[in-house]
Amino acid sequence: MSGTFLGMPAFPGNAAAAVRDSQLRFNLHKATRTIRGKRAAVVGELPDWGELRAAGKEIKDHTLRNLDRYLLQLEEAVTRAGGRVHWAADAAEANRIVAELVEATGETKVVKVKSMATQEIGLNEALAERGVTAYETDLAELIVQLGDDWPSHILVPAIHRNRSEIREIFREKMAEWGRAAPEDLTDEPRALAEAARLHLRERFLSSKVAISGANFMIAETGTLVVLESEGNGRMCLTLPETLISVVGIEKLLPRWQDLEVFLQLLPRSSTGERMNPYTSTWTGAAEGQEFHLVLLDNGRTDVLADEVGRQALRCIRCSACLNVCPVYERVGGHAYGSVYPGPIGAILTPQLHGMTRATPASHGRGISELDASLPYASSLCGACFEACPVAIDIPEVLVHLRAKAPHPRSERLAMRAAGWIFDRPVRLARTQRFGGRLRRFVPGRLPGPGAAWTDTRDIPDIPAESFRDWWDRTEGSTR
Amino acid sequence: MRVALFITCVNDTLFPGTGRAVVRLLRRLGCEVDFPREQTCCGQMHVNTGYPEEGTRLARRFVDVFAGYDAVVAPSGSCAAMVREQYPRLARAAAAASERETAFEREVAEVAPKVHDLSEFLVDVLGVTDVGAYFPHRVTYHPTCHSLRGLHLGDRPARLLREVRGLELVPLPGAEECCGFGGTFAVKNPAVSAAMCADKVHNVMATGAEVLCAADNSCLMHIGGTLGRQRSGVGVMHLAEILAATEQDAPFPAGEATGGRAGGAR
Repeated sequence: MSGTFLGMPAFPGNAAAAVRDSQLRFNLHKATRTIRGKRAAVVGELPDWGELRAAGKEIKDHTLRNLDRYLLQLEEAVTRAGGRVHWAADAAEANRIVAELVEATGETKVVKVKSMATQEIGLNEALAERGVTAYETDLAELIVQLGDDWPSHILVPAIHRNRSEIREIFREKMAEWGRAAPEDLTDEPRALAEAARLHLRERFLSSKVAISGANFMIAETGTLVVLESEGNGRMCLTLPETLISVVGIEKLLPRWQDLEVFLQLLPRSSTGERMNPYTSTWTGAAEGQEFHLVLLDNGRTDVLADEVGRQALRCIRCSACLNVCPVYERVGGHAYGSVYPGPIGAILTPQLHGMTRATPASHGRGISELDASLPYASSLCGACFEACPVAIDIPEVLVHLRAKAPHPRSERLAMRAAGWIFDRPVRLARTQRFGGRLRRFVPGRLPGPGAAWTDTRDIPDIPAESFRDWWDRTEGSTR
Repeated sequence: MRVALFITCVNDTLFPGTGRAVVRLLRRLGCEVDFPREQTCCGQMHVNTGYPEEGTRLARRFVDVFAGYDAVVAPSGSCAAMVREQYPRLARAAAAASERETAFEREVAEVAPKVHDLSEFLVDVLGVTDVGAYFPHRVTYHPTCHSLRGLHLGDRPARLLREVRGLELVPLPGAEECCGFGGTFAVKNPAVSAAMCADKVHNVMATGAEVLCAADNSCLMHIGGTLGRQRSGVGVMHLAEILAATEQDAPFPAGEATGGRAGGAR
């Protein structure tokens, strides 16, 4: 993944700071609950949602099991339609391919369709190093780019910003990147959107190269599909002379017909809409246009090798799991230190980076402290699994990854001690009696690691007699 | 019917009153209740914190101890869900690692479906919703995550509570949202856990209830501990304790303080 978030401290520290940010808490509370309500309403009205969800899961699983075959089929179809297919094993290779393609056009400016894959590989930063400026054209990505900020949500990258903050960003930063915001800009959504429209329109009309991702790729036809709400993506896909699409290899679907399922699942799960506003599809190179498809692995085949963890590759980036997550709602996306935040990020990011071994993405250092903490960034409440349109059992994968994560020594010792006590009922009974004798001496505020509990909560009274001792004494016959 | 009580380590150690209430209630309903002395812990803490080896060892103990009973009743949605949802996974992993492990997989397949949370056992197995309880208090119910999304208890607890004489059941706003306990999550991510509980406590207070009820004492320890720290005066009680209460056998007789688990000073 990109170097953008490298060196961030572990999740608990990031989260502790985030929960104290009143503005962030207010913005997130409002936004997540609004989307949550919309999604629940449009999902609830479909009598066959469960079947659609099962179909989505099956199609994705089938594709992943036969990924090698379908990828070759896709390559052939895209090539036949006049496109060129490039294979990128990791972020560095993908960035190099894209940079060279841009350089070959002689351009130093490119427009971008909102894309998670290009953020994952840090494409904008890599292009900047080679003198190419990438302009984000999705409204929310524009806000993030102008604000020199990081995205904090898969679908709504600027969810942590409210409209008065956006107005300030536009007024201060738009002129540096192109057409300035009007002097009398208000924080009315219509005014903000109009300022962005005018700013971006100039960009669309003057750009000769566009870079996109894709929501889906169809193996049988070689068609790529982008779903968006603003029409900016369609401008990028159609106006420039050269189009370069960077797509993760798991975005594949075997047949055109499979879109039927996903075009129902995705909009209802992501924006809470019945139908997606702008759905663009293209097959190979359109007339007069050059088209390149960069197929990105970047850790995906390693994820595929993990029997439990591979279900994360079913993800269609709808972000329903973020919107329903009680942890995400309170800390926002930045705390996860990845372009993939929330529950799906907590299982995807550490897997893409490699849970147990040193990978190029982890710069040979093995798993980072942040990545190791991500599988624990959940109370395992299960709301994400329930909301996931392709039935990724996120709690199952979290628990699976926790077993692979490195554990602190003190925790290992405590867990071993607990295991030893639970291994024999007599040991448990002795421990309980010992605790019962100390009950009067337990302070209300515990020192050391116990403070993590008693900082905000009382501890329960330790009973004088455990249940098993009561049973032994009475055979359960009295109170 | 020969029923084994799976008390769970948390109840055994910290909340024996809940276990006593289950015994009283089930005997009142005509069950023969046994407490297999060899039981300890289901292994949930180990598995969910990333120690599946220790967890699997405890799972083996569990299926050995509880084999041969008609039903196993646990006053904990979370621990019952652990056995029913996660034991088959542990057994599959063990079987994948060694061919001799098919016996464990078989035992899990036999024992796990017989493990019920208390309200499932009452409503589905015994077929009762009126258990003859009396509890003249205003109560709100928090459906814990594992009982809601793991076991799919649905409205079973509410149906049981509605039949309790004198009890006024008030709906809890945002009931289906996690309280932030999450086992070791509560201490590994204490800030987020507390932030989640702040909202839960706010919603509990908004109901005006005297008592917050749930099917898991671990979640109640977290919410109750926060209610207590704030001196809110709202008590917490396990569902079993309310269902066991009768006029003759009140959990806190008139004139007596509701005790250490209510939101008072320690």
